[in-house]
Amino acid sequence: MGARAASRQWSNALFVAPYLIAYLCLLIFPLVSGMGLSLFKADLFGGREFVGLENFARLFKDTVFLQSVANTFYFVLLTVPPLTVIPLFLALLLNRSDRTAAIFRGVFFSSSVLSVTIVTLIWRMILMTEGGLAANIRHAMGFDAIPFLSDPNLVMISMAIITVWWCLGLPMMLYLSALQQVPQDIYEAAELDNSGWFRTLWSITLPALSRTVILVAIFQCVLQFQLFGQPQLITQGGPNGASRPIVLFIFEVGFRRWDIGYAAAASQILFGIILLATLIQYFVTSRKQVSS
Amino acid sequence: MSHASHKSLRNTLVLVTLIVLGFIMLIPLIWTVLLSLKANGELMRSTANAFHGPYTLENYIDILNNSSVFRWLMNSVIVSGLTTLGVLVLSSLAGYGFARLDFPGRDKLFLFVLFGLAIPEQAVIITRHQLFTALHLHNSYPGLILPGLAAPFGVFLMTQYFRAIPKELDEAALLDNASRFQVFWKVLLPLTLPAQATLGIFTFLASWNEYWWPLISATRSEMFTLTVGLAASQINFAQTSGLGYLMTQAVFAATPILVVYIIFQKYIVKAVSGAAAR
Repeated sequence: MGARAASRQWSNALFVAPYLIAYLCLLIFPLVSGMGLSLFKADLFGGREFVGLENFARLFKDTVFLQSVANTFYFVLLTVPPLTVIPLFLALLLNRSDRTAAIFRGVFFSSSVLSVTIVTLIWRMILMTEGGLAANIRHAMGFDAIPFLSDPNLVMISMAIITVWWCLGLPMMLYLSALQQVPQDIYEAAELDNSGWFRTLWSITLPALSRTVILVAIFQCVLQFQLFGQPQLITQGGPNGASRPIVLFIFEVGFRRWDIGYAAAASQILFGIILLATLIQYFVTSRKQVSS
Repeated sequence: MSHASHKSLRNTLVLVTLIVLGFIMLIPLIWTVLLSLKANGELMRSTANAFHGPYTLENYIDILNNSSVFRWLMNSVIVSGLTTLGVLVLSSLAGYGFARLDFPGRDKLFLFVLFGLAIPEQAVIITRHQLFTALHLHNSYPGLILPGLAAPFGVFLMTQYFRAIPKELDEAALLDNASRFQVFWKVLLPLTLPAQATLGIFTFLASWNEYWWPLISATRSEMFTLTVGLAASQINFAQTSGLGYLMTQAVFAATPILVVYIIFQKYIVKAVSGAAAR
């Protein structure tokens, strides 16, 4: 009966069929029809007119869209370095197996399990100028409140602070699990050599983590490019569009103005950016697998 | 200075740093809890009152009498629970199929599924919304659950996991004349429990916190999940007279998922390491 295991049968595909149906209907079909839709001028009521690449041409002249692209890149630049470095620092401090370390790991990861609506509610109560915690502290010291959410120059920085607080748990865990995989005998050898703490960190620990650092940075790029809930809930993209990212642009055009062909075109551009980052991630990962 | 005292000085420094950073991390949560314990009228005058008493449970009593918040909680439990169950079933079946069985075009199909990992939700959400409008699925549980079932990550994880199980196990069972499905169900599936736990935890958390899709799909209050309900509460933030009540909603919404997190903390750490090792 050994032949049965190796046989190539259509019936074997029944195991993958349920998932494939879901995949095709709910992911691939919407993706492909979204690409098609981006070539049409379309509205909610079924009006459809083929316009070719005109939606894309319109996007590149739309100052609101261009501002949202610039905002998104600025936000990625503000968040990815701290989200790569701070969790690494925390992981180095917490790479022990005692109870204290376990409690602090829990503390730093706790914010990651909260939903975006809880996070924004909490942070609004800190950053708002009327009665926010930051304003209360400033008043107590005799200063005026800082307009974190209403100053166009500050609003993206505020979004970045909120996001770093919210997202640093997962990269910290990734670093901790990478640290577990560094062979312990290297450390024992370093101890015998009497090399100092900093030297050990610089010449053993950090090189061993370099691949994880790159992966965290790329993963965070992909994630932070999709910024949406924080500005949508706190500032609705204001003041003057200073906190409107690409995804909020797509949301407003697609689900508030119902200009769905145009929104689909904008989402293709976002898809292109994310696909590029994912490909880079893929090559970074596979290069390591070849070399090891 | 001796080696040992050097080391203990360093440990003290590490501990102090951790306490300071941990406190900064927790300030927002502490502030939220303090506000939730204050009477709304008092907060109208000044939120600085929150640093001292009198504290009250008034807002918590109000929330226990608010049926819509419980309805949202129930919706979240139903949607996240069924999404998790569905993902586990579909991913396990497909993972077994891709890892163990041969059928025409298998490897190409697997690559095709992997491609899905690079598709962000924003690239599909507009047309999926239209599709669900056409099928009258908005404001329904299937409408909230189905999109989560298409995520390829689970199939990827389970396929890798099934591949790592020695083939001799199922071949022996097949020689005993067990059917394909029996081998899958009785021999291999119990061995994949750690992967099921990883996938289950991730899926549940992601589904519980899902925001954009339920925001546009569930437009009627009785179909809101907790995440979307809380968004609706803060839309009229400027006009709200009940800051304390709003913060109580935040605490109420955060509590179940924090409890889940504390119970499963060990597994979550393992889940992250497991996923990272792949």
